[in-house]
Amino acid sequence: KAVVSTQSTGGVSIFDVSHMLQLLIHGADRISFMESLIVADVAGLAPNTGTLSLLTTDQGGIIDDCIVHNTTDGYLNLVCNAGCADKDLAHIMARLEAAKSSGMDVDVEIKPNHSLIAVQGPMMEKVLQSGVKDDLSVLFFNHTALLDVWGIPCRVTRCGYTGEDGVEISVPSDRTVELVEKLMAASDDVKLAGLGARDSLRLEAGLCLYGNDIDETTTPVEGTLMWTVAKRRRAARDFPGGEEVMRRFKAKEGRRRVGLIVEKAPARPHYPILNTAGDVVGEVTSGSPSPCTGKNIAMGYVDLEYTKNGTPLQVQVRKKIFPATKVAMPFVPTQYYVEKK
Amino acid sequence: SWDVSSGINAEYGYYTKSHEWVNVTGSTGRVGITDHAQAALGDIVYVDLPDVDAEFDVGEEVSSVESVKAVGDVALPVSGIVKAVNEELSDTPTLVNQSAEGDGWICEIELSDPSELEDLLDKAAYDEFLDTDTE
Repeated sequence: KAVVSTQSTGGVSIFDVSHMLQLLIHGADRISFMESLIVADVAGLAPNTGTLSLLTTDQGGIIDDCIVHNTTDGYLNLVCNAGCADKDLAHIMARLEAAKSSGMDVDVEIKPNHSLIAVQGPMMEKVLQSGVKDDLSVLFFNHTALLDVWGIPCRVTRCGYTGEDGVEISVPSDRTVELVEKLMAASDDVKLAGLGARDSLRLEAGLCLYGNDIDETTTPVEGTLMWTVAKRRRAARDFPGGEEVMRRFKAKEGRRRVGLIVEKAPARPHYPILNTAGDVVGEVTSGSPSPCTGKNIAMGYVDLEYTKNGTPLQVQVRKKIFPATKVAMPFVPTQYYVEKK
Repeated sequence: SWDVSSGINAEYGYYTKSHEWVNVTGSTGRVGITDHAQAALGDIVYVDLPDVDAEFDVGEEVSSVESVKAVGDVALPVSGIVKAVNEELSDTPTLVNQSAEGDGWICEIELSDPSELEDLLDKAAYDEFLDTDTE
């Protein structure tokens, strides 16, 4: 119900994502430092805008996916997955030490005393506007701003993990309950939702779950995430593993992450993907019934020759084999509030 | 013959601690999962039906019931050979949610060893088990 309510029927869902890692990167050299870690064109980010990006290893493998924002408040804002927090911190801090030793003016801190609340769904702007003086209709997708929300000083970023219009609000931890109570009082359509619903929504939106759909054995090439590697960065190959990533990109070999619709039964992680002849050609990495399409959707990796839309495949579900079809993602059209230019 | 709409006949209904039931007439049994089990699983999206004529030992997995969030194995309460499966569940797996102990039955078996029924719980004992089970 939380999934359908967040989507078509116009509800708003609140997810507590405070377990995620929020980092602030300070210093005059923060942009080049950040570019030494992730694949984004950080220098090209307009003030108070951001993007989904990837931290990569020196072999081009994905350490984590993350959201970076270029704030006008003197720092870059970085949000990383909770499950990778320890790993990401160790990695970033090691690189920071090296950067400082080489004379870079940069520092990194965990954002102190702040929680993170996601507010997602078509009615988000209406609900949130009732607590904010600033005009939210100009806070476009992937834009960020420091706003007083019902008098609580927050960083509000128009992004999320559901494919819907929504925001993630970084709020002082001691006022998180107050914020959520205000949100829920603003409308009957505002409801708390759990991480199960969040997983269904992100899969419908074609968004990766780190650990399932991408990991250190996948580069942006296999992960079908080359769009995160900005044009300038591709040419310069100046991100960790840049040479190897561009080699693979040009080589056109290996497996690719794809979307599938599976007949009859839901596909789940590690179920084999077969071609119509019955040979194993890949593996499912995420799967679930999709409340909004009424179908069983999945993500997985298949050999390059099976990546055309409409390619017939099969998935082994425990002891049985069911037909599947490779389809484009997202499975449900996304509703990001993108600025029309 | 079965009176499906009235659910399990308490006189002949047997239960397991893993929340399966078998409703027996003579040497034939109808098998399903209990209402408690369907509630714990949530909305059911797929039921793996066994093949007719397949033979299973007591406790062997005869079916699995999959919800959005979990897959529950269905262990056969007594040994037997599958004689019929509930084809309705192919199109309408949610029948198990609506009527786990009635229209949502999973399969019918020919019992190989009716004495195994002695190891099962009757309804009263199963209900008591539910009350005391801390799971």
